[in-house]
Amino acid sequence: MTVHGEGDLMTTPPAPEAAGRTPVRAGGFGPDTVDGAAATPEELQPYVELGLRDDEYDRIRQILGRRPTHSELAMYSIMWSEHCSYKSSKVHLRQFGEKAPPSDRLLAGIGENAGVVRVSDELAVTFKVESHNHPSFVEPYQGAATGVGGIVRDILAMGARPVAVMDPLRFGAADHPDTARVLPGVVAGVGGYGNCLGLPNIGGEVVFDPCYQGNPLVNALCVGVLPVDRLQNKAAAGVGNVVVLMGAKTGRDGIGGVSVLASATFDEGSEQRRPSVQVGDPFMEKLLIEACLELYDAQLVVGIQDLGGAGLTCALTETAAAAGTGMRVWLERVPLREPSMEPHEILASESQERMLLVVEPEKLEAVLKTAEKWGVWATAIGEVTPAQPDGQPGRLVITWRDHLVVDVPPGSLVDDGPVYARPMREPADLILLQADRAETLPRPATPEALRETVLRMIASPNLCDKTWVTEQYDRYVLGNTVLAQPEDSGVIRIDERTGLGVALSVDGNGRYARLDPYQGTKLALAEAYRNVAVTGAKPIAVTNCLNFGSPEDPGVMWQFAEAVRGLADGCAELGIPVTGGNVSFYNQTGAAAIHPTPVVGVLGVLDDVAERVPMGFAPRAGTDHDLIFLLGETRLELSGSEWAWVTHGHLGGVPPRVDLAGEQVLADLLAEAARVGHLSSAHDLSDGGLAQVLVESCLRRGVGARIALPEAFTGGSMPFVYLFSESSGRVLVSVPRGHEKAFTALCGERGVPWAAIGVTDPAGGALEVQGQFRIGLDELLTAFTSTLPRLFGGAADATVPGAPAPTPVAPVGDAPAHHAEPSAGAGVAGSASTAAPVVPEAAEVPVAVEPAAAPVVAAPEGVEQADVSQAGPQAPGVTVGPQVGFGPEVGSPVVQAEASDADELGAGQPDADQFDGGGPEDGTPAPPAQH
Amino acid sequence: MTARVGVVTFPGSLDDGDAARAVRIAGAEAVRLWHGDADLHGVDAVVLPGGFSYGDYLRCGAIARFAPVMEAIIAAARDGLPVLGICNGFQILCEAHLLPGALTRNQHLHFRNRDQVLRVESAGTAWTNTFQPGQEILIPVKNGEGCYVADPRTLDELEAEGRVVARYVGGNPNGSQRDIAAITNAAGNVVGIMPHPEHAVEALTGPSLDGLGFFTSVLKHLTGVPA
Repeated sequence: MTVHGEGDLMTTPPAPEAAGRTPVRAGGFGPDTVDGAAATPEELQPYVELGLRDDEYDRIRQILGRRPTHSELAMYSIMWSEHCSYKSSKVHLRQFGEKAPPSDRLLAGIGENAGVVRVSDELAVTFKVESHNHPSFVEPYQGAATGVGGIVRDILAMGARPVAVMDPLRFGAADHPDTARVLPGVVAGVGGYGNCLGLPNIGGEVVFDPCYQGNPLVNALCVGVLPVDRLQNKAAAGVGNVVVLMGAKTGRDGIGGVSVLASATFDEGSEQRRPSVQVGDPFMEKLLIEACLELYDAQLVVGIQDLGGAGLTCALTETAAAAGTGMRVWLERVPLREPSMEPHEILASESQERMLLVVEPEKLEAVLKTAEKWGVWATAIGEVTPAQPDGQPGRLVITWRDHLVVDVPPGSLVDDGPVYARPMREPADLILLQADRAETLPRPATPEALRETVLRMIASPNLCDKTWVTEQYDRYVLGNTVLAQPEDSGVIRIDERTGLGVALSVDGNGRYARLDPYQGTKLALAEAYRNVAVTGAKPIAVTNCLNFGSPEDPGVMWQFAEAVRGLADGCAELGIPVTGGNVSFYNQTGAAAIHPTPVVGVLGVLDDVAERVPMGFAPRAGTDHDLIFLLGETRLELSGSEWAWVTHGHLGGVPPRVDLAGEQVLADLLAEAARVGHLSSAHDLSDGGLAQVLVESCLRRGVGARIALPEAFTGGSMPFVYLFSESSGRVLVSVPRGHEKAFTALCGERGVPWAAIGVTDPAGGALEVQGQFRIGLDELLTAFTSTLPRLFGGAADATVPGAPAPTPVAPVGDAPAHHAEPSAGAGVAGSASTAAPVVPEAAEVPVAVEPAAAPVVAAPEGVEQADVSQAGPQAPGVTVGPQVGFGPEVGSPVVQAEASDADELGAGQPDADQFDGGGPEDGTPAPPAQH
Repeated sequence: MTARVGVVTFPGSLDDGDAARAVRIAGAEAVRLWHGDADLHGVDAVVLPGGFSYGDYLRCGAIARFAPVMEAIIAAARDGLPVLGICNGFQILCEAHLLPGALTRNQHLHFRNRDQVLRVESAGTAWTNTFQPGQEILIPVKNGEGCYVADPRTLDELEAEGRVVARYVGGNPNGSQRDIAAITNAAGNVVGIMPHPEHAVEALTGPSLDGLGFFTSVLKHLTGVPA
């Protein structure tokens, strides 16, 4: 059997320091050693190719008192890369700590592998979201799969059992040919890894926008649970303790850029391209999880760190630096997949499924036994050494076959990296962009036009049903999934005895952030917070993944600073801390950056998951029904909306107002109403507004509704405004008959605006907006569910179950009570070309604009995604026609390199691949080149 | 006396905890069995749970079939021990030749997770005796390689002998021949099922409670009285 690695277990502690070193001449047939480096100070080193600046290289020489060896140079270049050092973001991220509200729940925060919050006396929860953007563009399946694997190990390293994953995904235009390559691979990769790990996928996002064409955003979130006293840390404490590498063998995957060192050393012009995207083995990770948990429970480890970006380099330096100790490592003991690997390759390798343990010598045997039981390799590769006699932290000393290849102060790689306050400047086009408000666009004003708009919007790629994606994920495994996608939050039971559970949501809106990064980030926070609150949970902590363009662009840097400020301020206002996160820079194609895309995750607690509130209207027997209320205020807010984008290809104006104090009041109200049983359903309003939420609430369990618009929203295009405005801070709830008086009294008491807007109609089979339209649920369902199968295949798979549950029971996890046959080609997205009659609206028109003169834009499918924001400055209020096309890069997009996502790419080198000649052999687009 | 139902953990088993929970909810004692241990610890029945045993390397179930615990299970099953293989467990039972046929990649090539209606065709097995023949039930299906195939003669035999235990209704999620979701051996003590009854045992987490019937059935089979 292949799964046991007994033969590879090293069962003896490290040997004492090997005697004697052989100085090897640099450029000769041996590794570049410390002595060699001291003897050849003038040797030219490829630090520029490795992404280091002149002054950074000089500083390394200063720290070491000589030139670095090749291995050391590789280590510094990785650890001082944007991704590992956060050198451009550090000065801004400090706000998360400085502005953090006091929290007695926080057990571990920023700087740890993941934040940990206490949720009961016994239990804590850890969660974090990370990006794996660039690898997922180069190799969608493995890029996405290893993104999941990486975040799961972060959670594992905190002492937690991972219990669920979520995946916020962003792609280019839905109908772009390259999206058909990237999306199915990414989805299969997320599923392939998570399913095989046995982690339920409970939510996420699937968003399309041309700005992500060459830079899909593949973010992955993992949540884990641990007993409070099982919290682990990464410090390599205890002189004489053994350093153990556990998990997969180390191979050449993911070493990307440092292969330049091999070329430089040996002058081999034919140095082969090294795969720079890692390859995942979820089976190995599953075994690693079980082995680690067994080690934790038996209290066999002193410290633990996962190997992710920067591989062994990062794990060795961070564990040593955290303890202030030194470390002695025998690199040849690292089990290799390819025996010809050189020291700098072993140190830089990003092979997956590995953990670094620090173990007391007397417990080593038990550790190795546990590893053997689970069939994973575990090898003692080093030991913890004392601090310097003068009290300075110890040194990291690494030999390879008796050659001294590394001798560095570990803290110099981890804590003393460069920090930059990069220049920032508000993008020049922002004023014009904000003046170009969507509220001036022609709006539907007849019942027929409104009906057509509803059907067209729910079929648009960002609003349509995402089952094509989510049914590739296991949401049942572990048996604790109480709510999963498409619910507003995923809800997981974490204590079967008490029913204690957590709710999680991740949200972001790149368009809002483009229009106003400060408010846009607060809006993302507000949405995630509200999504958690609608389940009845109490939001308690925040994580984030900040996806941006190049920090060297002052405009991008300004967006980033504004976003961080917005998130820090927002969390302070809401009284919940940021517990950790991730920054991904250099997401751009050529000079065009993606929309600034802060993705915010919020964690909430439910004392008893049985009280959770689902999003769908509840089926009722006979003529019974629930009453429908809209909470919050609806304003004329269409700028940045899904409607403006889908119908007019328009992005401009300022995003909806955000009121975090109001969100807090709303959340408290929802929790209270859920607790006392006032709520049959609750669903957050965001993209697509009320119309979208009504449709989703109806289709979730096949229950119709009859809606009467409030007086103030009748006449002209006001019904449209009520249905499609994206005002923040709103929730649609349904309340059982008999509860309405108490519920509205509660709203009054809390000061939450409410409007009774209709009733559910379980037997009616339709969504009716009185005086406007009545659409059968079947017609809604066909429009809602046809789009992704039509775009990505599967429409021919006419095997969709058609029957509702024969034995329906109480509201349960995730049981759509209604299905339909996706009818090939029947999508209504294309009907945009026959767009409804539109009338200009006089209200909210900026000066000097004559909306009636604006062209009535009927965006035909295929051009509706044009990004007006890329079209340069425009006169305020002028409606700009769709811009066709996505540039010449179709099929061979060239991507701006990323440094901060660089761990994902391989060795953390922004320009890693420009040394490798041609593109990958499999015909995938050329990896990044930086200029 | 409480019946003792073993649940095997292979490296890569994922739904073993869920199967054990289902056994407990049905009223029996769940006994965890380890792949490397050939001792069945005197259990009265065995569940082979879902997952990716041995990473699905080589073929799904192909390596697990040779695990020490399987030698004991194969021998005991031939002597009448009730064995339920769910998903990966079904694949293992086919690889172990306790059940005929094989499970191959879903016809549409995607992993698929959805709530699936099944029709119970045979209530004569150790694991389905609390159902009515023809009863429709709703339980989750989730697999990448769940397409049941066998040669026509075997399929005809299964049909003729009433050994098709359950069929997919209202859509076949993986392309299985004759919509087969579950089969049994000639004696009716060994059942393989591709969907996951252990995920439909609690109102809070499943689409129904229909899965519980598989676990109460084996208790009825063991004790002779309904659980």
